[in-house]
Amino acid sequence: MTSTLRYPGATAHAAGRDAGTRALALVGELMIIAGTVIGLFVLWQLFYTDVTAGREQARVLDSLPWAQVNAVRAPAASGEPGEPPVSVAINTIPPEAQLDPATAPVMKEPRHAATFATMYVPRWGIDYVKPISEGVTRYDVLDRLGIGHYPGTGMPGALGNFAISAHRTTYAKPFSRIDELMVGDALVIQTEDAWYVYRVTSHEIVLPTQVEVIAPVPDHPGRTPNDHYITLTSCHPRFSASHRYVVHGVLEYWSPTGAGVPPEIVEGASS
Amino acid sequence: MIFPWIWRSLPGPAWVRTATLLVVGAAVVWVLFEYGFPWFSITFGIQDQSVGA
Repeated sequence: MTSTLRYPGATAHAAGRDAGTRALALVGELMIIAGTVIGLFVLWQLFYTDVTAGREQARVLDSLPWAQVNAVRAPAASGEPGEPPVSVAINTIPPEAQLDPATAPVMKEPRHAATFATMYVPRWGIDYVKPISEGVTRYDVLDRLGIGHYPGTGMPGALGNFAISAHRTTYAKPFSRIDELMVGDALVIQTEDAWYVYRVTSHEIVLPTQVEVIAPVPDHPGRTPNDHYITLTSCHPRFSASHRYVVHGVLEYWSPTGAGVPPEIVEGASS
Repeated sequence: MIFPWIWRSLPGPAWVRTATLLVVGAAVVWVLFEYGFPWFSITFGIQDQSVGA
C-alpha cells in the first residue's frame, strides 16, 4: 500500500537531500502556512466580524421588550417591490407631545455592557436601528454590541453631552456611513421611558487624542453645559484608526414612550 | 517536509486522505475564526482605538 501511494515529492525525499536543502524546504513550508494564516486573518477581520457582530446585535435588539424596532422594520419587510408598502398602523408623535428639551428625563447610567437604548438614523436607511450599550471597551461592547456610550458622559436627554462611539469598518460597522450625515439630519434615540430626537449641527475630523470632543460642551472642556448635546465618534479614514470622525448634534424634542414613534424615523431622511 | 509527512501519516486511499484534510482544514479555520483571531486581535491591540485619557 505504502509503496504504491506516494506523495509526488516523496521520491526525491526518499532519495535523500542534503541538510541545507531540507532546512530550506522546511522554512518554505512554514512560510506558506504563515501566509495562509495571515490571509485568513484578513478575511476574518474584513468579513467574518460583520457576520458575528451583526448576529449578536440583532439578537440584543430582539431581547429588548420595549424596543419598537418593528416601527422601522415592518414597512421594509412587507409589500412587493414596486408596490407601495402595506401600511402598518404606526402612530407618530403629534406636535403637542414633542416636548421641550429642558424637561427631558435622564436615566441613570447603567452597569458596564448593559444595553439601555436604541438608535435610529434615517439618513442611514429607513430600517437602520442599532442597540446602544454602556462602555467603549472593544471586546465586550464595541466588537459585539455595536454602539457604546462613553462612561461619565451624559445619558440621553442630559444637559451636557451624550457621547457614543462605534466601529467605522468591521464588526457590523454601525457608524460606517457617519460621513454622510448632514446638518439637520435626525438622530433618534429610544430608551425604555422616552424618545429623544437630536439634530446634527456639525462635524469635525480630529486626532484620537483630542478627547475634548466629548466634553459636556463639545470642544470646550470645563465649560458648564447650556444645551443637550449628542456626539458620535468613529474611526477615520475608513480601515484606519489614525483620525476620528466626529458628529455633533443638539436635542430638538423628547416624548414619553406611548405617544407614538417620532415621525422622523417613519418618513426617512430628506434628500 | 511537513506536507509530505502529513500526507504519509494519513491512513486510507488518496480520496480518504483528501477528505480528511478538507475536514481538518475546515475545523482549523473555524477554531481560528471563532476563538483564535478574536483573542489575537484583542491581546495584541490590532487597530486599537482607545486613548488612555
